[in-house]
Parts: sequence; C-alpha cells; structure tokens
Amino acid sequence: MTQSTLTKKIWMALTGLFLCFFLIIHLLGNLQLLIPGPASQQQFNAYSQLLSGNIIIKIISYILYASIIAHVIYAIIITMQNARSRKVKYKYDKRGNLSKWYSRNMGLLGTILFIFLVIHFRDFWYVYKFGSLPLDEHGHKDLYTLVVTVYSELWYVIVYVLCMVALFYHLIHGFFSAARTLGAYHPKYVRWIKALGWAYCIVICAGFAFIPVYVHFLK
Amino acid sequence: MRIRLKIWRQESNETSGRMESYELKDVNEEMSFLEMLDVLNEQLMEKGIRPVEFDHDCREGICGQCGVMINGEPHGPLQHTTTCQLHMRTFRDGAEIYIEPFRADAFPVKCDLKIDRSAFDRIIQSGGFISVDTGQAPEANTTRISVPVAESAFDSAACIGCGACVAACKNASAALFTSAKITHLVKLPQGQTEAQERVLKMVSQMDAEGFGHCTNTEACEAACPQEISVLNIARMNWEYNKAHIMRK
Repeated sequence: MTQSTLTKKIWMALTGLFLCFFLIIHLLGNLQLLIPGPASQQQFNAYSQLLSGNIIIKIISYILYASIIAHVIYAIIITMQNARSRKVKYKYDKRGNLSKWYSRNMGLLGTILFIFLVIHFRDFWYVYKFGSLPLDEHGHKDLYTLVVTVYSELWYVIVYVLCMVALFYHLIHGFFSAARTLGAYHPKYVRWIKALGWAYCIVICAGFAFIPVYVHFLK
Repeated sequence: MRIRLKIWRQESNETSGRMESYELKDVNEEMSFLEMLDVLNEQLMEKGIRPVEFDHDCREGICGQCGVMINGEPHGPLQHTTTCQLHMRTFRDGAEIYIEPFRADAFPVKCDLKIDRSAFDRIIQSGGFISVDTGQAPEANTTRISVPVAESAFDSAACIGCGACVAACKNASAALFTSAKITHLVKLPQGQTEAQERVLKMVSQMDAEGFGHCTNTEACEAACPQEISVLNIARMNWEYNKAHIMRK
C-alpha cells in the first residue's frame, strides 16, 4: 500500500517529535557533567550504569533507534518523490526570497546531523556498550573520563558546537513543521507553539553546546 | 522605457523549449505586464514570428488565469499581486526580465507560457463541493452562520486557483490550494456533512496528480496573490488526521 503524502509527513512528525523528547532527557543527563569537582565523575558514571541496566530505558532506546532510522528513510522517500514532481527546473530562480533558507535545506542539515550522530555513537555509545572501558573506583564504567578526554580536543569542541548550530536550525523548522503536520491550525495555539518551539530549541541547543565548552576549559 | 526580455518558447507539449531574447523600446511604465506582452506580440506578428502564448482572462486580478514566473518569482516581484496587476513601473529602465511558465510535472506546458492546470479541476471534482438538491434557492436564514465564521470561510474561499503556490514550492506541492478548498467548506455547516469523505478524496487526488509533499517552507503563502494562509494547510492536516482516526 502506498501511503499518502500526508501520512508520510505524519511519520516524519511523530518520529521527529520523539527525538525532540529524547533530547530533553539526554540534556538533563548530560547536565551532571557540570557538577564541580570529583562528585561529577561518580554521579555521571553511576547515572550511565543506571540507564544501561533499566528495562524501560532499554525499550525507549529501541524506539529511539527505530525513530532515527524511520526519520531518515521517510526523509529519503519524501525527497525522492518531491524531486520527481518537478523535473524541468526554472532557468532563473529567485524563489529563495519566499521562504527561510533552513526550511528549504532540512535534508542538508539532517545529513550533517546524521554524520554527527554516527561519530557520536562511535565515540561514546559504541565504546560504552562494546568497548573495554576502565572502571572507576565505585566499579562503574568510567564514561566520564572518556567524555572529558574527548572534549579536551579543541577541534572536537568546535565541530560539536557547529553541529549544535545545525541542530538548532533543523529543530526550529522541524518543530513548527511537525505541529503543522499534526494539524495545529488555531491561531492562538499556533502562537503558543511558536513561543514553545523557540524556547525549546534555544535551551536544548545552547545547553548541548555549552557542556563541551565548559568541560574543555574548566575540567 | 526600454526592456530586454528572456521568454520561454515551446511549440507544444511534445517539443522541447528554450529561452529566447527580445527587446522592447518605448514601453510605457503605466502598462500592465500583460499589456507589455500584447505589445511584444504585435511586434512579433509584424515580423512574421509566432506570438508568445500566455493565459489571461479578466485582467482585474480576480480570475486566476494569468500567472507566469517573472524574474524567478511567481507573478513577479510585487508581493500578493497577480501578473495582470503588475505594472511596468515596478521595473527599472533597461531591465532584463525573465519570463517562464509555472513549473510542475502536474502542470504540463501546453505552449510557451501556457500550462495545463486541469489537475486543480480534478482535485475539486474529487470532493470540493457539497451534495445538495438544486432547485429553489433556500430561505437565507434557514442555516445561520455567524459573521466571524462566514468571514473566515471566505478567507479560504478567496483562492483563485492560479497555481502560484505550486510554482513557488520547492516540492511543487499543491497543499495550499487543496487545503484552501477543504477548509473553506469544512468551516461552513453545509460542508461539514461530507468533511471526512472530502478530505480523504481530495488528498488522494492531489497525490495522484503527482504534486510533491508539503514541507512547510511557507513559500506558497508568500507567493499567493490572495494571501491564503498556510494555516489552511494545518486545518487540512487536522481534518485528514481526524478522518483517518474516526473512519469506520
């Protein structure tokens, strides 16, 4: 059965919003890196251990992997179908004046984020799950030291922060687009969603970008 | 004023087209854009060249027939205006103006700047109506509609079906057009009876015509001569989702 254009967009919206929800949890967890002194290491490692042993977290993590994959696959299907809807291009095209650049370049921003995710998974997720991390003094895998070591590289921090800028633009369009796809049409709620979307994107992206900078310069 | 034109020339749907250059001297800046094309065509005919074909009808900005890409924007650089209401004073003396047909696979070029927009008609035919027995006009106050509701439905009904939304969209999506028709009817009591069936049929026809997905860039609203709001698209999505969940 072929899905309608609207149905495909609903899947984009739902998977995207789940990823938005996940980012909140992820940021809250990462905030523990900001705790001053050695308590930070103990707290962060204990938290990581807690997550990896929890059945609910396990279920959420599988939904997360599925969401990332579905989001990417639907994006590719939608982009390919869209490309077929106008095969003859304009010779002279100034339509860029009519919309925001990031709303037209979600695929590009998404690709940047996907590459970021691959590196991010390799550096932390893979090492934690399948690598041989040394244990800290409480017997937890020492993810904290790994994070601090990785963030001690300046170029890594710069790339990370730039990726958070890409994330910001991807999220800001994605958030409003998802709300529209799900059918938020009343002008009053659209205003609320606008305010909520900006607040969410600024907090999430500034929060994620601040952590490696803080770790790099102060740890 | 003097202008240089680059116009898309294409004999028919079967042949390939190309951009041709023309020059016009003595263009009056009070001329509408279409009058300028009329002048060009007269000069071409005098030289024995086939005139440039373009769609037009009322030339009052209300029929939705005219519509071409002018310098890379649907209906030209003036916001919320149809091509016929664009005047040459918008351009400077010596300007180079690119004129192309609205592009979308669902809108095949018939000749030069003329396109086949019957895809829109088929979307309307699939559900953009209410089923009532015609006959005597009913008593006007039988169905009472408050002014805000009537006004809001009229805002959606103001769509003239010119196709600028499709032309402006990077995905050639017809979401703004289709949603304006759906929203117009669903806001009124007469349209609510068939709301569920209508949205499913019209969306399915929109897809069958080969229009792309709406990715909410909002270029359509910016290009729309009638300033149809993108919130119509949100309403269509709402009605579509509701229809899917509630469908028996």
